[in-house]
Amino acid sequence: MSESSLSALAAQLAAKQISSRELAQHYLDRIAALNPAINAFITVDADRTLAEAAAADALRAAGNAGPLTGVPIAHKDIFCTDGWLTTCGSKMLHNFVAPYDAHVIQRFKAAGMPSLGKTNMDEFAMGSSNETSYFGAVKNPWNTAYVPGGSSGGAAACVAARMAPAATGTDTGGSIRQPAALCGITGLKPTYGLVSRFGMVAFASSLDQAGPMAPSAEDCTLLLNVMTGFDPNDSTSLEREKEDYTRDLEKPLSGLRVGLPREFFAEGLNNEVAAAVEAAVTDLQKLGATTVEISLANSQLAIPVYYVLAPAEASSNLSRFDGVRYGYRAPEYTNLDDMYCKTRAQGFGAEVKRRILIGAYVLSHGYYDAYYLQAQKIRRLIANDFGEAFKTCDVILGPTAPGTAFKLGEKSGDPVEMYLNDLYTIPANLAGLPGMSLPCGFDSKGLPIGLQLVGNYFSEAKMLNVAHQYQRATDWHARAPEGLE
Amino acid sequence: MKWETVIGLEVHTQLATRSKIFSGSSTAFGAAPNTQASAVDIALPGVLPVLNRGAVEYAIKFGLAIGATLNRVNVFDRKSYFYPDLPKGYQISQLAKPIVEGGALKIQVGETERIIHLTRAHLEEDAGKSLHEDFHGMTGIDLNRAGTPLLEIVSEPEMRSSAEAVAYARALHTLVTWIGICDGNMQEGSFRVDANVSVRPAGQTEFGTRREIKNLNSFRFLQQAIDYEVRWQIETLEDGGRIEQATVLFDPDKVETRMMRSKEEAHDYRYFPDPDLLPIKLDEDWIEAVRATLTELPVAMQARFQSEYGVSAYDAAVLTGSRALADYFETAAKACDQGKLAANWVMGELSAALNKAELDIAQSPVSAAQLGALITRIQDGTLSGKLAKQVFEGLWEGAGEVDAIIEARGLKQMSDSGELEKIIDAVLAANPKSVEEFRSGKDKAFNALVGQVMKASKGRANPAQVNERLKARLHN
Repeated sequence: MSESSLSALAAQLAAKQISSRELAQHYLDRIAALNPAINAFITVDADRTLAEAAAADALRAAGNAGPLTGVPIAHKDIFCTDGWLTTCGSKMLHNFVAPYDAHVIQRFKAAGMPSLGKTNMDEFAMGSSNETSYFGAVKNPWNTAYVPGGSSGGAAACVAARMAPAATGTDTGGSIRQPAALCGITGLKPTYGLVSRFGMVAFASSLDQAGPMAPSAEDCTLLLNVMTGFDPNDSTSLEREKEDYTRDLEKPLSGLRVGLPREFFAEGLNNEVAAAVEAAVTDLQKLGATTVEISLANSQLAIPVYYVLAPAEASSNLSRFDGVRYGYRAPEYTNLDDMYCKTRAQGFGAEVKRRILIGAYVLSHGYYDAYYLQAQKIRRLIANDFGEAFKTCDVILGPTAPGTAFKLGEKSGDPVEMYLNDLYTIPANLAGLPGMSLPCGFDSKGLPIGLQLVGNYFSEAKMLNVAHQYQRATDWHARAPEGLE
Repeated sequence: MKWETVIGLEVHTQLATRSKIFSGSSTAFGAAPNTQASAVDIALPGVLPVLNRGAVEYAIKFGLAIGATLNRVNVFDRKSYFYPDLPKGYQISQLAKPIVEGGALKIQVGETERIIHLTRAHLEEDAGKSLHEDFHGMTGIDLNRAGTPLLEIVSEPEMRSSAEAVAYARALHTLVTWIGICDGNMQEGSFRVDANVSVRPAGQTEFGTRREIKNLNSFRFLQQAIDYEVRWQIETLEDGGRIEQATVLFDPDKVETRMMRSKEEAHDYRYFPDPDLLPIKLDEDWIEAVRATLTELPVAMQARFQSEYGVSAYDAAVLTGSRALADYFETAAKACDQGKLAANWVMGELSAALNKAELDIAQSPVSAAQLGALITRIQDGTLSGKLAKQVFEGLWEGAGEVDAIIEARGLKQMSDSGELEKIIDAVLAANPKSVEEFRSGKDKAFNALVGQVMKASKGRANPAQVNERLKARLHN
């Protein structure tokens, strides 16, 4: 499979050069070969995948194929999938099979895209390295001693290792963009409300947003066309006219104003990452863009604000995992309280427990005003900074993460060090803005570097235009790790 | 020492929507356990609440009916605690910004009228049910009720006796059923009352420490629980004890309250705005559309009954005890054009018969039109009060329409004076002793003669006419 972009695969399927079944089998074989080393998948079910692929072939034979019918995709294990396990990377849901499909899954099914399986992730999407998964850490395909980033680490790794042509991810504080950066692929977090959260296991409801992950911006564009749309089952889903995100892909970048937040190029940023991002800026200038320095002064407060709000919502969202109705229940207990305590003590991992405790604390009587309310105010200030910035620029550019992938175990003992990995990605979540990460080089260890674009609300088409034009002029996104076999 | 009782009520009214407040499941009562619990009600991972606008409209309707402020932007909060019948581990409720604030309700205790102010009313979802009895050593969970819409209506602590509390609860019950937002079925838990009760020395301005009596599901229990609680608090204080803030339960068998949890054991509910739900925004069009569905309210109808039908304030309050009763009264009153008489019949004969048969006004075997026709026959002299009661019995038994019963049973009041004179002749002839006694000054004997005439006429003679004619004859 030399040419595996989604449009190329779609063209081959349309030309009947390959069937969906053959394509699915190709990826299943690759998963079987590589997954033991990478651990990108929690659940693979070849029979189901092939049945879905056969259905896609039948759809095509009947003349009912859509643009991506027959192209397979891997789904993050946070999306409920009828008939498949949905574990969310947790012992708590190690045995859970949802009786329904998440809205996102429904859309991919309706598009005729077979599922390759459920990808590994940090437990309940809490983590930046994929080391908190109950099903074991995911390895970075560029160097298996390194983390793939998180929480959508399995998704990023399976795409980077070409075990899947594309994957779904979710992003609460950078969980699509940071692993995309660390694995050398492209990933997009849409404007909050553009993609329905129905059937997505909730981490922090006001921040969670699903998005596409694939090698290129063009791939992400095609996936975004499938994923977005109003859903009456999600009250925060936005009721707006459906867009075709491919419409601006080929626009030239002349006149584009790129905002460079000075806070994102300051202390804490790895030199090699800085150099690669600056080189990308030069590339964009060659394509006709101009740059303008902007300030996102309150973004330095993004991490503390995030680590009040996200755990607050998480502590509440995870209350339903109590051992009463489904999921894990402690085998032995003496009474109801003991059942709750043991179930949750045994069912949740350390990072999840840490965040539940933080969240319960900041919502407690007497602390709510000082933490939760204060954080909400700062959240507003952070959003206002972006509003000001977009008066002078069309898109904001900076590094996705302060460094490249780190070694497995290197930061897992130090939560704060780990949290700092999301320094540049969290502000977009707090503001509800769309953001994406795309590959822009490699460090001296051969690990990928990602640059981040943040756009104004609903400016996905613009961001994808910038990313696509950049990717037409560069080939970072086309590189894949070698020697995995 | 003289003590004053202070009572405030929190009433959970189940809103009569067909589906739940955040899911499409049915709210019908009595289905097999967990057959009306969807993925949302069970709180499976990833599911999201979607607000039922019907519940909001009912809350608006209530707010308009009590003259409250409707918060144009109101917010759902999560109230967190762990319990097996609370599937999400939190209840969606409204804390800081409820949909309804303020408002007032008129209550009538005997001849006294009072205005009770309301603090607020907020929307929330009900929890499921824990079934402790049916499973040995285990607890069953039924989530059919989980997610049923509730309007929690909170009064100011303005009631000063159990009688006032009951009057308030009744007036509220009348109102919510009147405007059709609640079926009012207390046995099924559609209208549940929590009473906050405290006592203080008469004249003291600050409140005493309150205890909250939970989940009273009848007016009688409300009265008994408050009376017991007030006695207990006064005795405790008079014995030198202190009242600790607490939540208590009422045991209707022992007629006493007992401690459920103390203030120290109270939950920290960790309220915060629910990020899955947008704030409810009420625009004027929506409010006006709901206002247009409001029909005449009890208070307005009471005033109208007094002016239009000349009934007393007390009678007007009784007659507007329910929409069905008020409609019945008015139909009957219009049919006979005799408001006061209609009120007397509805509150007297009819109510007594309904009570005895344990029937609701809606199930009355005697229709309002029939009662009106009956009263018309009293008014036109066809029936005496006594005969009318016999006709009423006929109506109750379903023996036909008023005139047909009168005809068939020969209950028509005697209008032919010739016939009456004949009866009097016969009675006088047959009772010479009584006639003699009357003439010698014994008034009692007259009554005996009247009784004889009435008896001989089988009750059909007009008593006033009998009196008059008999006197005329005896004084001859």
